[in-house]
Amino acid sequence: MDPTTRSPPGDTTAADDLALLRLAQTGDFAAFEGLVGRLQGRVYGVAYRILGQAQDAEDVVQQTFLSLIEHIDTFRGESAVATWVLRIATNFALKILRKKRGLPTVPFDEQDESFDTLPHPDYIAQWREAPDSLVERAELRELLDRAIAELDDKYRVVFVLRDIEELSTEETADALGLSISNVKVRLLRARMQLRERLTRELGDEATRVQPDHTH
Amino acid sequence: MTCEELLRALNEVIDDQSALALYHEFADHLAGCNPCHLVIDNIRKTIQLYKAGEPYLMPDGFQDRFRDALRAKWKAKFPDATT
Repeated sequence: MDPTTRSPPGDTTAADDLALLRLAQTGDFAAFEGLVGRLQGRVYGVAYRILGQAQDAEDVVQQTFLSLIEHIDTFRGESAVATWVLRIATNFALKILRKKRGLPTVPFDEQDESFDTLPHPDYIAQWREAPDSLVERAELRELLDRAIAELDDKYRVVFVLRDIEELSTEETADALGLSISNVKVRLLRARMQLRERLTRELGDEATRVQPDHTH
Repeated sequence: MTCEELLRALNEVIDDQSALALYHEFADHLAGCNPCHLVIDNIRKTIQLYKAGEPYLMPDGFQDRFRDALRAKWKAKFPDATT
């Protein structure tokens, strides 16, 4: 297995993943290793972003794929293989997070959240550079990591699954045991907070405008 | 539509490319509200940055331990399989 193997989401086609899984279910270890190679980077990325720590993320990767072997016969094809694997990984990551926080179940349990108390945008401005050129900057990763780490756990997890891993709202709700409504509210709160944080760093002060709540 | 109402509908505007065409009130509001227009642009770029970042690479030292653990588990699950 190539240590640097990491298929970006767009390259990991659902049909290829399923074909490898079906072969693995017959005892084909090479096929299983192929599947691991395609998905381990995404699993590690999800775990690292949720937990913010390499050692914990490694534990999640190992637990996820060991669990996958244990339960490989139970995959029923109701979702994409990658979605199934990411759901398993997210559950392991949440367990670790709860343990670290000393919490039995919260903060991910269902709690009704409302759009009524959304924070309003404050620093509003055009960004100085386009994302395409920003990604070339070495310091960007640090900024993105800091900003996402500052999110409340329950908002960060939703943002990682929905906006980075591109799970659907329904898949995210299913993975986290939340209602669709709560996923939407938490996603919006995460987006708003990250927007505020990044725009303060990347915004062009000369273009700053004051929010107008009068209309 | 007010800024407050648009704020609550931001997910739809951001996730659904056809929302602006389908819901004229979104487009009408944005045409006359530069702050809302910028907020949506900022959020789209924020998401774009997180998606575009380099993948996290697993530490080299972890790979051998990980592979050994998988092999051992596989042998237990499929005793007759070759790894």
